[in-house]
Amino acid sequence: MFQFCADPATLPDWQWFACYLTTGTHLAFYRSFLVVMALLAVVAPLALGMGLLGALALRARLFPVNMLGRGYVNLVRGVPDIVFFLFVPIALGQGIEWVLHHIHCPDWDQPIRQGNDFIVCREAKMPPVGASAWARNIYAFSMAAIAFALVFGAFVANTLYGAMQAVPRAQVETAEAYGMTRAQAFRRVVMPQMWIFALPGLSNIWQILIKSTPLLFLLGIQDAVYWARELGGAKTSLYTYPHPDWRVWYFLALLVFYLMLTWSSEKGFGALTARLSRGQATAEGDRQRKAAA
Amino acid sequence: MKKITLAAVALAFSASAALAQDVVRMGTEGAYPPFNFINDDNELEGFEIDLGNEMCARANLSCEWVINDWDTIIPNLVAGNYDTIIAGMSITEARSEVISFTQNYKEPDPSRYAALIGTDASVIDSGVIATQSNTVQAGYVAETDADLIEFPTPDETIAAVRAGEADAVLADGDFLRPIVEESSDLEFIGEPMHIGGGVGMGVRQSDVELRETFDAVITEMKEDGSLNELLIRWFGEDTPTF
Repeated sequence: MFQFCADPATLPDWQWFACYLTTGTHLAFYRSFLVVMALLAVVAPLALGMGLLGALALRARLFPVNMLGRGYVNLVRGVPDIVFFLFVPIALGQGIEWVLHHIHCPDWDQPIRQGNDFIVCREAKMPPVGASAWARNIYAFSMAAIAFALVFGAFVANTLYGAMQAVPRAQVETAEAYGMTRAQAFRRVVMPQMWIFALPGLSNIWQILIKSTPLLFLLGIQDAVYWARELGGAKTSLYTYPHPDWRVWYFLALLVFYLMLTWSSEKGFGALTARLSRGQATAEGDRQRKAAA
Repeated sequence: MKKITLAAVALAFSASAALAQDVVRMGTEGAYPPFNFINDDNELEGFEIDLGNEMCARANLSCEWVINDWDTIIPNLVAGNYDTIIAGMSITEARSEVISFTQNYKEPDPSRYAALIGTDASVIDSGVIATQSNTVQAGYVAETDADLIEFPTPDETIAAVRAGEADAVLADGDFLRPIVEESSDLEFIGEPMHIGGGVGMGVRQSDVELRETFDAVITEMKEDGSLNELLIRWFGEDTPTF
């Protein structure tokens, strides 16, 4: 990185640290924070979408749809998250390969499962044989994002369902008295108002989602926790920058990062609550009305 | 004419398919110096990286390195996420039931106990011993009267001894030697012990052809002395050679 880094063993302290903190591994460490942020940015809308679908299914009058919603929400909420994070990418990955295998290689005569091995033909490999490391990373990241969205979607579904039920029944009845259909009343009355009831639950889920991102490491993605552990460990002179066990400092940096993230998103949720309370028959809405008057 | 063109196209395709197939993905842990580790430039380095690259060059394969956690390194091989394990893995019967191994490319090196200076050697039988999980050493300690604590990475086993969480660590002598030599607070205790067989490369049981290819290359490298050169470069003059 810097000109003077050629022979780190002879450097004074501050230069040594300047070199040390800009090594290739440290740059990867800094990038891994972006991976965490990217995952949050991708998973949040996905989970919200899954949750909305789940909540609608829970409300559905059609029996099979209703059962599907209940099954999804209760199954996912009832199983430890970590089991799902391990299960979904493997099951999904093998499922995709199995389908591709049957499309591309219908003449294949060997069994797919041979003892421990899961064998599909070359054309069915996912990611495809010869894919770049970059493509493979994207694939692993998408798998992780899907697993996160599935798990957190179930919690969101239950929260949104509760919020929909919390919109005063009298308002829906009024809407129906004006001649709106059930769907119209839902779109125009329930949907816009439910968010204020959902917000405390959603902010909880969001905080838990932020705190769950270190599970990425389990899925083979080199996230911030992986690098903190890897870089903090004691290094012998086999490495260019030998040092004793510094994990406590690296974990402290992680702690600060996650605290900043949750603290700033709490601010964001505060602002959102104030905005959505406007005109609502809630305590906060009441307070705003009085303050304005 | 058209038929000939078609045949040529088909031939070209199958040729390119055969070439593409020659990408072999090599799975390693990247946290076990001097076998395999990530250096400060974020590149893999170590005995097995040099060995793996040399073997691929000799077998005319293009190889690509993949880093995977030690704990899931066998399941991910079986699932097809990579094609070989080359990660200081001892050849054991239990592992051979799940995957198959090439012949060993490194003679078994005695395992050693390391502890804080002044620790009594009796902790070996009655103390708390740290090992990396799913290693031959973990299996060994489980059979003794000592209490076992396991850690997912080799590095954490050393940290546990320094923190007083464990009385001693049991690991490959090759891994412990540079650490003990460079530190002022650790020493070897007890006698070196032979646990497990030599270190070999793991492949899926269905990948017979790949195993045979690497087996042949290892034989060749043992015969022309190039494997010994690598062993001495990374493990020092005293390491057992072929």
